[in-house]
Amino acid sequence: MALKGNLKDVGLNQLLNLIYLAHKTGALTIHRDAGSVAARLYFKEGKLIQTALDGQTARLTDIMVQVGKLTADQAKAIRARSKVDTDKELGLLMIQNNVLNQADIIQGVKNYLLESVYTLFTWHTGTFRFDPNVLPAEERITVAVSLDHLIIEGSRRVQEWEHLRDELPDLDVPLKFAERPDVNIRNINLSVEQWKVISFINSRNTIRQIASFLKMDEFQIRRIVYGLQTAGLVDVLPSTLTPGASGPVPLPPPAPPPVGRGVLLRVIDRLRKI
Amino acid sequence: MVVTGPFNSGKTAFIGSVSEIPVVRTERRVTDNTRAVKDQTTVAMDFGRITIDKDLSLYLFGTPGQKRFDFMWEILSEGMLGFVVLIDSARPETFREARRILDTFRTYSNTPFVIAANKQDDEDAWPPEDLRIALGLDQGMRVLPCIATRKESVKAILLELLYGILENVAEEQPVPARKR
Repeated sequence: MALKGNLKDVGLNQLLNLIYLAHKTGALTIHRDAGSVAARLYFKEGKLIQTALDGQTARLTDIMVQVGKLTADQAKAIRARSKVDTDKELGLLMIQNNVLNQADIIQGVKNYLLESVYTLFTWHTGTFRFDPNVLPAEERITVAVSLDHLIIEGSRRVQEWEHLRDELPDLDVPLKFAERPDVNIRNINLSVEQWKVISFINSRNTIRQIASFLKMDEFQIRRIVYGLQTAGLVDVLPSTLTPGASGPVPLPPPAPPPVGRGVLLRVIDRLRKI
Repeated sequence: MVVTGPFNSGKTAFIGSVSEIPVVRTERRVTDNTRAVKDQTTVAMDFGRITIDKDLSLYLFGTPGQKRFDFMWEILSEGMLGFVVLIDSARPETFREARRILDTFRTYSNTPFVIAANKQDDEDAWPPEDLRIALGLDQGMRVLPCIATRKESVKAILLELLYGILENVAEEQPVPARKR
């Protein structure tokens, strides 16, 4: 029986917690938006063993390049010597050619799996489906990664997301350059992403529109704008949202009704017979 | 006993499965966007009865599921023996609401309760144990499989709740073995 739902109802962290605590084996497929590319995570007995992003499982050589353990040229040379192109063969070629040892490969794959999942914590909408007992293709490498650390880091990222959302609740407002003569711009180093955002700042572009132009998700744009804001470089127009009224104060629990044991036993007896 | 849970979780069907009288329903046509889920919903309460003997009856009260009628919850919780939280196991979008209802009822009363993972005959239903983890419920909280349209399933839920209530009553005589 597949578990299905939406990430806005059951978050990724809750799903990982479920898979971890229930020691589940199977594949978790997440579609960020309807019809979009999917991320697929494979688990065995409650541990992450492989990921496939954009519908494809990366080859071992690609993984090692991505985590910085191989250069593109080294990866190309290894693949050229490969006959069957399985991860097992690619790994053996890396070891036999003294490019990497077994520990390097395992650590590299672990880092790749962790980073793949970390990016998914910024997905707050989308559909998911967990298919029990579905395992990855045999020719690709699997390394078991415990979910406890992943869940803790996921919680931290979710908290960061919530903090950013509190700081920047409204994305449908424009940015403007701050008028603060005390900020020494010469001493500030900006990242490429921050420069890209700055290049779109004017009174007509809202934060959401800038994110759309730059193909950034809400988490990315909020993080960049918040960084620029705290550095004193940009100002955001105040949000028109007002905090919601607090809920009713719960009443103290009343005393349980005085019901005798004999009455309860009569009810149980009758209920069994109906 | 009070039967509560989110909109369309099966409360009316649950009471109807065991009540010896036709359930007194207070259903009205749905006028908001929940109409896509069902046409009618409970607006005040459902009411069912099981006669135990000539001077004792068990009454089942179903709460309205939509949030705007939640002022009824506290009224219905006064003097209850215990409560059942019904959850539509195939609609994870209602899990958070189910948790909110459970937490609210626990502030009204410290009476025993059970959580019934309803619609287990639906192919999309989450198993009770997965539901318990997803809702963040303690191991000690009972989440039981349920199909509210089946009398035996409803009986099992009510009996489980009654055993829970019995455990809280001062010892007078031994508790009978649980029969399913």
